[in-house]
Amino acid sequence: MVATNVSKSYGAGEFTKQVVQNCSFTIESGKLTVMIGPSGCGKSTLIRLLAGFERASSGTITIGGKPVTGPGLDRMVVFQESALFPWMSTYDNIMFGPRARGEDTPEMRSFAELLLQKVGLDGFRRKYPSQLSGGMQRRAELARSMINKPDVMILDEPFRGLDAMTKRLMQEYYANLYEEFRRTTFFVTTDIDEAIYLADRILIMTNIPTQVRTVIDVDLPRPRHIEDITENDAANAIKMKALGLLHEEAMKSFAGGSKAAADFIDAYSRRMVKG
Amino acid sequence: MTETSPVQVLTTEVPRAIAVDSGAGASLALAKYRLSLWLKSPRPYLMLIGFAGFLGFWYLSVEVWKLPRFSQMPGPTEVLHEWFSKDPTYGLSIFIPEYYMHIWVSTRRIAIAFFLATVIGVPFGLFLGWSERFKQFVFPVFEFLRPVPPLAWVPLAIVMFRGSETPVIFLTFLASFYATALNTMLGVESIDVSYVRAANCLGATRWQVFRHVIVPGAMPFIFTGLQISVGVAWFSLVAGEMVSGQYGLGYVINTSYTMVRYPTIIIGMATLGLVGYVTSAAVRLVGDYLMQWRTRELALGGDR
Repeated sequence: MVATNVSKSYGAGEFTKQVVQNCSFTIESGKLTVMIGPSGCGKSTLIRLLAGFERASSGTITIGGKPVTGPGLDRMVVFQESALFPWMSTYDNIMFGPRARGEDTPEMRSFAELLLQKVGLDGFRRKYPSQLSGGMQRRAELARSMINKPDVMILDEPFRGLDAMTKRLMQEYYANLYEEFRRTTFFVTTDIDEAIYLADRILIMTNIPTQVRTVIDVDLPRPRHIEDITENDAANAIKMKALGLLHEEAMKSFAGGSKAAADFIDAYSRRMVKG
Repeated sequence: MTETSPVQVLTTEVPRAIAVDSGAGASLALAKYRLSLWLKSPRPYLMLIGFAGFLGFWYLSVEVWKLPRFSQMPGPTEVLHEWFSKDPTYGLSIFIPEYYMHIWVSTRRIAIAFFLATVIGVPFGLFLGWSERFKQFVFPVFEFLRPVPPLAWVPLAIVMFRGSETPVIFLTFLASFYATALNTMLGVESIDVSYVRAANCLGATRWQVFRHVIVPGAMPFIFTGLQISVGVAWFSLVAGEMVSGQYGLGYVINTSYTMVRYPTIIIGMATLGLVGYVTSAAVRLVGDYLMQWRTRELALGGDR
């Protein structure tokens, strides 16, 4: 999946707000590409463009050479906020895609069973989303996307808002899923440790209007373990480099009046003094 | 909660039978559990105290203190005596078949009007919320007609419809329809756009989005609307029955007034209160049954 010189602005005339500007990147097949950037830099806008919910103001987005014109089954989006249908059980949510396409086949049903086990929701198939914990909901949503075997999985900060323990558990679940199915993935996050633990490639984004600042290849062997990452020198080197770049971008964003950036800069400077 | 093994799920016949069986047993147990919980809670007793206070005030102000405003009003003892009398002074009590005739006629009118209002109002509201274009055509007219009270429609209703039955049903329908349609529309508009996006992303067609996202997503609002609808239905029914009609509780109240049968007025009013309460509760029950995804959290922990 390739984005070439993509720009997106909202409003018109003097009220124009440029969110994405001349942004180009490639989501390589079979790899897990993580996009990380300062808060409010336009990541979610990029996701909506990739998903086809909105059209780019200029530039092109192609998947397998074909331009993206709208939402499609070749790209599955897992949203920031839970978008499980509250009126369907876990199992019905997962089977929604296949059923919508008239593919309620025994193969699909057994694939659903497999996914239910993989995400640890086997005993919760008849529960409604309101009866599941936050982490379970995220896992159910992952399964609902994966059953459609999309060419590209797009995840928009999927573990945001979970508590630290759950988040770590989710990252492990997710890494296992990825390593098993090796589906091309575009993963957006603001968490640098999460990015290094999961990614094959990290795209570091600039401040708004966003474009790719740097691409970092993460060639740590798989399967990875969260404990090892913190002690691995290569991983730490990547982390320092990424944090440095993010700090620069956050400074620009802070100069532009972003409050979110101030927190990051504060945390970064404390860390540097301590380290 | 019970773990379901994959084998059990793959062999469909046996677990289904079990599920049905335990389902019925569980719902009975659940009903018993809820009843005992209700009896243990202060709610029923507070309710009784509330009613006792209300009746006590009525009794004291009419029969003991004989307050000037209440001089024409029958007291509770007189009304209750009349209501449960085998030979009522003014001709209407629970032992008189005509009493049930009135209840039946009113309820039947409500049922027809409410049914029509639901069958027309829900799809109408769904389309209002679903299609921006349809809304632009229709909604201004709808909002123009909605503030016109059903009572103002009485003359036109009598002119438009022959007989005494149809005008009353029309008036009842009108109020019901507005409440249902408006709430359904708000229900559709309240649906989070991410559900629609998710369904589009998962390959659903426009119709599938409508059927599996819009309709269930609007359901909580629809049932709020139906509860309001059944309430205002009684409201405009009585108005209609007072003007035209030969039976019904509104007719009872109105004729009792002109014929100076004051206790019968109160009997009619109290009966309206009771029957109205029952219809609202029935709508709520149906709503809870259809929206188990909202009520399941309260169930006894089982995963079926």
